Amino acid sequence: MRISFHGTLRIYALLILPLPLLIVVGYLLPTAGVLGWSLSLPQPGLQNYATILDTPSIHSVIWRTLRICLLTTAISVAIAYLIAFRWRFASARGRMLIELFVLLPFWLSMLIRAFAWLVLLRNDGLVNQSLLTLGLLDEPLALVRNELGALIGMVHFMVPYAVLPLLSSMGQVDDSLLRASSSLGAGRWETLRNVFFPLTLPGVAAAMATVFVFSLGCFVTPALLGGGKAAMLAESIYIQMFQLSNWGLGAALSIVLMAMVAVCAVVFVKLVGVGRFTGRQA
Amino acid sequence: MNMGRTLSNPATVATEPPQRRPRVNIARWLSMAAMWLAALFLLLPILVIVPLSFGDQRYLSFPDGAWSLRHYLTLLDGAWLSSILQSLGLAVVVGLLSTALSFLFATGIWLEARYRVALTLIVLLPMIVPQVVSAMSIYYLGASVKQLDSLIGVGFGHLMMALPYSLIAMLVAYSRLDSSLYKASRSLGAGLGSTIVQVLMPNVRGGLAGSFFMAFIMSWEEVVVTLFTSGLNVITLPKRIWDGLRYNLDPAIAAVSTLMVLITLVVLLVRMYRHDRNASPGG
Repeated sequence: MRISFHGTLRIYALLILPLPLLIVVGYLLPTAGVLGWSLSLPQPGLQNYATILDTPSIHSVIWRTLRICLLTTAISVAIAYLIAFRWRFASARGRMLIELFVLLPFWLSMLIRAFAWLVLLRNDGLVNQSLLTLGLLDEPLALVRNELGALIGMVHFMVPYAVLPLLSSMGQVDDSLLRASSSLGAGRWETLRNVFFPLTLPGVAAAMATVFVFSLGCFVTPALLGGGKAAMLAESIYIQMFQLSNWGLGAALSIVLMAMVAVCAVVFVKLVGVGRFTGRQA
Repeated sequence: MNMGRTLSNPATVATEPPQRRPRVNIARWLSMAAMWLAALFLLLPILVIVPLSFGDQRYLSFPDGAWSLRHYLTLLDGAWLSSILQSLGLAVVVGLLSTALSFLFATGIWLEARYRVALTLIVLLPMIVPQVVSAMSIYYLGASVKQLDSLIGVGFGHLMMALPYSLIAMLVAYSRLDSSLYKASRSLGAGLGSTIVQVLMPNVRGGLAGSFFMAFIMSWEEVVVTLFTSGLNVITLPKRIWDGLRYNLDPAIAAVSTLMVLITLVVLLVRMYRHDRNASPGG
């Protein structure tokens, strides 16, 4: 379509530019300000970053963050693959039922889901009470307000995010490829392993990347279910800011977190390539 | 879901000679069972909340014989009600602003595609950056312009978080629009403004609705930015729930949660039903 030079100017000034400008002023500049805090509070210099490098308790927070995120990624993508796989070969009604099971938690607030897990897993919660009543336990298991609780809550939170990319990648696998494979003599298992699974790998990669990057920045779920004992990076930023009033260190930790996410994103794009997500086969 | 197929097997076997040895597929049943376990893992914890909301004690408990609505009545008194109204108000305003801004931007780059990737990426940033980092940025902004713990400050933070999701809904709607619409309208003499209002807007109304819906939900459920930027004045519903979860398990949370589960379920079912009906005539 041909739009005159004058028209183009008007489109830029009135339609296109207001939103990015708002983001730059209201979001990017303040982010630069946070970087500024990390370099200037309490006094100018790199001492906040030096503190991060030197403090064992911060190292353990970072290692715990990576450990929980990796576990969350592995477990939730495995569960999601199973769900998406059965969805792929289900009837129309079965598909709808599965979608309902996945989408209901997906749309619910993470606070409500954390509440549900607290109710189930705390010391006098449903799970411990049942096990005690059945005589399977002598004293309640510590299932929540520790690393295990954080992990359970994170997996529950992330499974729907992992299912969605898998559904779209499995939906794209052509039935005729599977029929071709079996008519050429491959058994069901061979077809799955050699034809179906490789075709869904881009979806698996997308699911893993989504879950891992999201988990790195998770705050609410681990803070509530980890109960302060298993603080992850995001929660330790909150603690530095609002409990210890250590703004400089809190800001420096945010910059570190952002850098970690950026590195993950770059590594992921390099490894998998953006082209594989457009649905085209390489 | 596979009942139909399983039930029809004996009939086929009875009426005609079996062409293939009927196989009991253990792997298939195992994976089905595992899938339903996973589905229950997703859903059951949420359903446990429902009976708790009808407990008759002051503390969180399952109803013991007598079901009671006392926790629902708590929601109607001062603190909870004002949080609910505050959250609703914020969500509506954020939804409208976010939809308007995304509509203008999406219309602009649909008409004029230069730099669209870079510009879109800028707008999507708050979605990609970890929420805590965004919350820090909004906190910095609020501290700089003295708008911490005010509705304007918190609302602005919500808007930043909602915009990417709003924009995606708009972009999807525009990606389905035929560019000849614009040419036809302009060549028939309509100006840019009336083309946008009278031709483009009605054609992307689904996107407008989706855009508002996404922004509304993002603001309604926003926790992290709100925790960083609010204090004693602004207490949105998620913030009140957070406080209730942090210090003790307030049973009113069970009532709020049950209502939210119910609303979510109804919206999902309506959407699925409509999607189903829209899809069926085509095949």
